[in-house]
Amino acid sequence: MDIIRNFPLMTIILSLFSGSLCFVLKGKTARFYTIFFEIFLLTACGVILWYTVTTGASVTYPMGEFPAPWGNEIRAGILEALLATLFMIIMIVSVLAGYRFIDMDLDESKVNLYYAILNLMTASLMAILWTNDLFSGYVFLEILTLTSCGSLIVREIGRTTLAAVRYMILNLLGSGLFLLGVVLLYDLTGHLLMVPMQETIAGMAQDPRLFMVLTLSTGVLTVGLAIKSGLFPFHFWMPDSYGWSTPTSASILSSLVSKAYILLLIKVIYRAIGLEVFERMPIRNLFLVLGIMGMVIGSIQAMHADNINRMVAFSSAAQVGYIFMGMGLGGSAGYTAAIFHIMAHAVTKSMLFLTTPRLAEVSEDSLLFRKLQASALRNKDAGIFFLIGSMSMIGIPLFAGFSSKLQFALAGVESHSDIKLIAVILALAASSLLNAIYFIRTLIRIYSDPHGNMRKVRVRSPHRLGYIFPMAILAAMNLFLGLFSWVSIDLIVRGLEMFG
Amino acid sequence: MFENLLFNYEEAAAIILFGIGFTMLLFHQNLIKKLIGMNIMDTGVFLFLASMGYIEGRKPPIIVDGVTDPARYINPVPAGLVLTGIVVSVSVTAVMLSLTIRLYKRYHTLNLDEIYTLSVHSMEDR
Repeated sequence: MDIIRNFPLMTIILSLFSGSLCFVLKGKTARFYTIFFEIFLLTACGVILWYTVTTGASVTYPMGEFPAPWGNEIRAGILEALLATLFMIIMIVSVLAGYRFIDMDLDESKVNLYYAILNLMTASLMAILWTNDLFSGYVFLEILTLTSCGSLIVREIGRTTLAAVRYMILNLLGSGLFLLGVVLLYDLTGHLLMVPMQETIAGMAQDPRLFMVLTLSTGVLTVGLAIKSGLFPFHFWMPDSYGWSTPTSASILSSLVSKAYILLLIKVIYRAIGLEVFERMPIRNLFLVLGIMGMVIGSIQAMHADNINRMVAFSSAAQVGYIFMGMGLGGSAGYTAAIFHIMAHAVTKSMLFLTTPRLAEVSEDSLLFRKLQASALRNKDAGIFFLIGSMSMIGIPLFAGFSSKLQFALAGVESHSDIKLIAVILALAASSLLNAIYFIRTLIRIYSDPHGNMRKVRVRSPHRLGYIFPMAILAAMNLFLGLFSWVSIDLIVRGLEMFG
Repeated sequence: MFENLLFNYEEAAAIILFGIGFTMLLFHQNLIKKLIGMNIMDTGVFLFLASMGYIEGRKPPIIVDGVTDPARYINPVPAGLVLTGIVVSVSVTAVMLSLTIRLYKRYHTLNLDEIYTLSVHSMEDR
């Protein structure tokens, strides 16, 4: 079983290699290769998950066999393996359900470049999940930013380029702050590896003057990652970036990339700073306030959108708010809820972003609400999957969205603070109500046909099986997270214990 | 408190540079100036790192005459980090410049506000 120790590093190295390989392959070959390679990676991540769950211990790989305080390390526990498995499933599904649009949106000679970017993105996602070193985290963060920008601009219309520029500017501000935070922490502790850093910080936090400096450095790093993940008020790039890109990119960016930044933040909090020290800092109250504001304001903005993709994108901003609210509540329960919501949201949002283009396709290629009237009657498959995704977003029992909202409420109870509990319950209620308003309004619009003449032009979507199969996987995962939430929550709790 | 500022003038300069670059990147509307701001911001961090790594009176960690005492040498890791950081910064700048060229070719301006107005009014809206 010693060979499993090498698996995490292997996923990164092989993805980097695949990225280079796709540069020389032809478009279609690159697509087949990428899908098979991702299935292979999924198997590897599944094996790591199985190994860490059965042995109950994390897998550490010291790079170049240098011992802990000096070398660079890769570490895989239950939580990382669970999320890597989920990420790979969503990656495969996004490619399967979206490749037809990639072929349509891109010039034929550039299709292989898209898959190259996708493989590099996989490499950086895996590296961010596995890494145990802050500076490696920064480097792969930048690779992730560059590749996600690349996945936006492949669709060459003016608005995607503008969206990509705005996305990059905000991300560069975030990276700059993150780098400064890393450098300040390195300066204070003398370590870049997270575990030795935490040991040093635990000693330093006793001195009030040093604690102030630590708070400042952590704050800089945290703000950087919060900007990158799109926490309110830094979410205004989302609708343009998600709304105009090719569906696969929108699905991956909203459900994986912005969540990877949050996961790195959780890793820094747990492993580099230490949860106890972090909870003494005032930063988490900021999370709670900004998270709740994001939940409400993101939903209000979603109500005012005139375009279905922009609506779904603003709702993503609201969901990032949920996650930060969970982190603001703190404690093991808050982080469990936040990570469960990352999973639930990834499954749901990728489903919605892969469905909207199918609805647009039967509505004169328009994403505007007025053109989408009765579109679900014209493409019934897409209509059903949009219905499932919407119900999960609103938080109807059976679906993943409900379980995650329940977890947030439970975390509010466990925070032992009446003000926080009331704020969380009110925010959940308000946000669910707003979600219900705009999703039900959209559902009524896409399912109603007031003049009775829109459904005549029913179009059977091409490659029907190629769409239904991956979306059915997402729907099944959604139901699994909703009905058997205890399975994943049990894994998350065990993973968080191992995480520190 | 402020006497330390003069004593640590390198760090103070680095943070001021970071601040200048950050505000330029955030508030300037001209894309090229934004990019210059980004480079100033990164340079600030690199200056900070480089000044941290250097310890006055010590030598680079290359063993020449058999001295293995670590107290005689400077810390080489920050220099390595600066190099990595420069590589990252250069690649990001390259990508941003190529995006800027693409936007300029399409809209014939570098002002982000004007580009936004132009793109909203163009009929690409679906």
